[in-house]
This record gives sequence, C-alpha cells and structure tokens, in this order.
Amino acid sequence: MNGFVAPAAATAPAASAYELQPVIIGAGPAGIRAAQALVAAGLRPRVLDESLRAGGQIYRQPPAAPGYTRTPATLYGFEHRKATRLHRLMAQLAPHIDYEPGSLVWNLADGVLDAMRDGSSRQLRYSHLILATGATDRVLPMPGWLTPGVYTLGGAQVALKYQGCAIGSQVVFMGTGPLLYLVAYQYAKAGARVAAVLDTARFKDRVAALPGLLRAPTLLAKGLYYMAWLRRHGVALHEGVRPLRVLSGSRMEGESRAGGSREGDSRRGDSGSEGDSPVQSDIRVEAVQCQVGGQTLTIPCDALAYGLGLRSETQLASLAGCRHAFNARDRAWLPTHDAAGRSSVAGVYLAGDGAGIAGADAAELSGERAALALLQDMGRQVDLQRVRYLDGKLLRWQRIRDALERAFPFPEDWAASIADDVMVCRCEEISAGTLRESVAGQGTQELNRLKALTRVGMGRCQGRMCGAAAAEVLARACGVGPDQVGRLRPQPPVKPIPIHVVMMATPVAPAEERR
Amino acid sequence: MPILKRLTETARAPVAFMLDGAPAQALMGDTVLTAVLTHIDRVRRSEFGGGPRAGFCMMGACQDCWMLLEDGGRVRACTTFIEPGMRLLSQWPDTWRPAAVAVAPVPSSVSPAADDGEALS
Repeated sequence: MNGFVAPAAATAPAASAYELQPVIIGAGPAGIRAAQALVAAGLRPRVLDESLRAGGQIYRQPPAAPGYTRTPATLYGFEHRKATRLHRLMAQLAPHIDYEPGSLVWNLADGVLDAMRDGSSRQLRYSHLILATGATDRVLPMPGWLTPGVYTLGGAQVALKYQGCAIGSQVVFMGTGPLLYLVAYQYAKAGARVAAVLDTARFKDRVAALPGLLRAPTLLAKGLYYMAWLRRHGVALHEGVRPLRVLSGSRMEGESRAGGSREGDSRRGDSGSEGDSPVQSDIRVEAVQCQVGGQTLTIPCDALAYGLGLRSETQLASLAGCRHAFNARDRAWLPTHDAAGRSSVAGVYLAGDGAGIAGADAAELSGERAALALLQDMGRQVDLQRVRYLDGKLLRWQRIRDALERAFPFPEDWAASIADDVMVCRCEEISAGTLRESVAGQGTQELNRLKALTRVGMGRCQGRMCGAAAAEVLARACGVGPDQVGRLRPQPPVKPIPIHVVMMATPVAPAEERR
Repeated sequence: MPILKRLTETARAPVAFMLDGAPAQALMGDTVLTAVLTHIDRVRRSEFGGGPRAGFCMMGACQDCWMLLEDGGRVRACTTFIEPGMRLLSQWPDTWRPAAVAVAPVPSSVSPAADDGEALS
C-alpha cells in the first residue's frame, strides 16, 4: 500500500460524539499507517496524539510557527523520504479521520478513554483501540545523572530536530544503541562539538551480531557510515565502556565559569542531595568519566547525551487490561500480542515500539497490520496477500531486532555496580541504597511493594525513567532475575494533569442505542 | 550560563517574556524549555533535594521540567510553547516556600484552621 489510497466508497461521514468508532492513540509511523488502512476500508478512525504535529518522535516535525527553514533532508538525513511520505500521508488523511493533535489520553478502561486537550478533558467511547504509543529512551542511573546538561539521547535529538539547539557546546554521547551514533553524527553535522562517543557495547558484541545484521544491509551500512564519518571528523569513539560518573562543578551565582580556582574541590560525582545549602549555586557538567580497558578516562564536556536503547510506553495498554509478559530481549514487561498485534483484550490492538521495540520501519508495517487485524475481526474482507507480505516483513524485523540487541546489549551487571548513594528516582530522589534497605530490612521482593514502601516509581513520571532501574536493583538485591520481581502497575492519570481538569471532565456521551 | 546553544533556525520572530522577574527574549516556536535554557541553566529546583533541574527527556515523558509561573500555575516546559508576556520562575520565591503555599490559598476568614496552619509553618 504505497501512498494514500482513497476509499472506493464515499468517505465515511464525520462521526458524532455518540457514534462508536475505532480510536488510534499516537500519530507516529505506526499510528499513521493504521489510520491509512482503516480509511482505505471506509472507516473513519479518531486519531489522538499527544504531539501537536504528526510524525512521532523519529519523524517529529518542527513547530508550526513561521520562520523554520531546514529542509527534510537536513532534518531527517537518510530517512527524509520516509519522513516526508508519512507527513504528506497524514495531510491527505486529514479529511477522512477525526484527528485531535495535542490530546493526552490519561485514562482508559472498558471501552471509554479520558483525553485532555487544550486544558479540558472529556470522555470518549471507542469501538476498537489501536495503541501506537511509541517509546522513550531506556536509562540507568549513574552518579551525577541529575546534573543539568545531562539529557537522554532522544532528548538531545529533539533539542536539535525540533528546536535547532544543541544541549551544550561540547557534548559527550554515552550509552548504546543505534541512536548513539546517529545523534552524535547529527550533532557534529549541525556544527556542534562532539567530545566523544562512548559505547557500552563491546567489539565482540558487534562481531557476534554481524550475521544477523547482514539481514538488514541498509541499516548496517548507515550505522557504519555514521561511525566512519565521526572518525573521519576526528571524534573519538570508544567501545566496551563502563560509565562511571558525570563530574559537575558548582560555582557561586555570578561567579565566572572561567574563574575556575574552586574547580578542584568543588567537583562532585552526584548532584542530587546538596540542595539544602543556602548558597544559590549553579551546578554544571564538567566532565564524563568512564572506564575503558582497565583505564579511567575523563572527558571534559559541558553536556552528556545518554541512553541504553529504548523502552516501550505501555501504561495505556496496562490500563486497558492487556496481559503483560516479561520479554527477555527487551528486558521489560510488554503487553502480549499475536503476530498481527491483537492484545489479550478483544478490540485492543498494539502497534509500533509501544508493543515492543522494533524501530520506525517495523512500526509502519505493524501499524498497518494491526489495522488489518481489526478489520478482519470486524468481519471485513482484507487483502490476504498484503497480510502475508506484512507478516513476513515483520518476522524479518524481529530477527534484525534480535541482532541489534546482541550488537548493543543491555549492561546486565549495572545493578551490582551502582553505589548506594546514587539516586534511582529523579522525581522524588530515592537512592539505590533506600531500595536495597527495603529488601534487607522489610523483606521486599516485589516492585509494587517496593513502590509502596519507598515511593520509587510513584513520582510524576510514574516510573518511566526509574522503573527499569528499580527492577534491576530489586532483582539483584533479591538474587533473582528481573522477570521475578513483577512490573510497575500504572495509575491514572498516566501523566500529571491539573486537578480541575479531572473535576470538570465532560462525562462520556450516552451509548447510542444499537440494534 | 545557558545550557542550550542555538545552532540553526535563528531567523524566527522574537518573543519577549519575563524570567525570574527580568525581561528576556526567545524566538517564536521555542518551547518554554528552550526559551529558558538559552538564558540560564535550570527550569526549577527539586522539591526534595533542592538541586537545580533542567529537564531530561525533552518529549513529555520524564516530567522533570515542570516550571512555575508567577501566577502560581505550572507548565511542562518541553511541551509548552513560549508566549509573549509569559512570566516564568526558575525557583520558588524566597517569600513563597512550599510550606507557606499549603496555607496561603485558604483565606483566613473562611478557615478556622488558619492559625494552626501558621503555627505549623
């Protein structure tokens, strides 16, 4: 299905608030392709997206304000044709869907969802639901990660792509995954100074992954190109790195940074706990320290982009009641689904990275596949040849994803290496030591119990940033695998919303009499 | 000392806003996060340790960049666009500590507990 195919029959009429219709949450590659497939079948889906412009994170568009001048080729590099195709497709779909950008779906249950848009909330019924909620960076805490100037890799990319800014004037990229080299390359190309690229994966990981990566020669070629380009431009690339800490310097307000006489004694490895000091000090990144081949490397910089692959956004699937299972490859609890994207709940479908990390190309395929599954379940005729094609392609992406995880593995020994005083939870500043004490002193063995006792995962982010790390620390302290400690159960609202929005929410429209 | 460095897209219209009581300028299409971090190196202080915070994920997931408005409202800086005349605060004013705020919204005339509240603060 290349390009937009207008429905053979007349466009489905605009749905009234009383009419049941399929709802797609997310307008990234998966959500857009899902919408296209439903529209092509004559349905009129409602598309709710938290962003103001479609494209998701990877194909995120600059703000609609006038004066932005970068071309798609500059913004999206090798992917600019895919990005442009999806953006155009979404524009073509606009008259055929009920598109509500800037909508935060904050609650979901039993065929009714709550969506906040423009400061007010309302309830909507849905006949079917396609969750295309995407992913964010997977991070593991290290000393100093709370310091201003430390951002996720995805965040560093958003700063550049969306705002035309670099996160600092001398940026270190650390972690692992395809994004590590891509964002470093994009920064260097845009004129930022890249101090170093520090990969936690080892050379032998890549060698082991090579046979699998050869299934995706274009992907592999792009990765090798970024690495070669960075090397050619004098950027130091290190493999097999163990992150140690972000070194930060504090200085008095108004004191010049260049006045550095305090530097030696003011350097610290963590910034989370000194704020009670009456002195208003600025704390900034001064260097990143890591271990490479037994040597400790200190790389001066003023910013760090950090990430260890991606993690799926699963809160809404969880609220929808979807069964979850531990996925060893993603090292995370994921909503279970069949190859077509059907979840354990009838009428709820999963697509894109929110269903398990597979990347943007796979997201386009799985979005379309989930929509076709929905149509099949409605008893509609679908193009079975197309279904077979998508299933084959998606299976191939799963094999590629296996190889990528081998090439950029999760640092499984992290939980053993992290010191007690390192903050695991950014929201409420709960340290690794507090979690371990709960295991030792209170016999905690399960993640939600740990949350109740220590408040880890209870803050504003609901464990998006700390959940994986807390599970790792808990599992290690209990001497079991991360699959043995349970998963954080999200609570509505899945993101903070003003209390008056909840109080004033428009209740669900009465269900239409259906005969 | 700003955190974010503008590399490109600088040909946009300027937007005047107030940051910690002083006039500041951003560009149309800037998020609040960009508008603030191109001037200073934090958007808030942690309610727990008090350390400076400047956001983390930039895509509305980590909730680390909620920022205070002078009128007491809050915005998530990475997903809110800067608007002309916006009045932003990068920390609680000294006269307006969280403990005091818990008491302040209740007018003393209707709150029999007002005295207790003051005694607690």
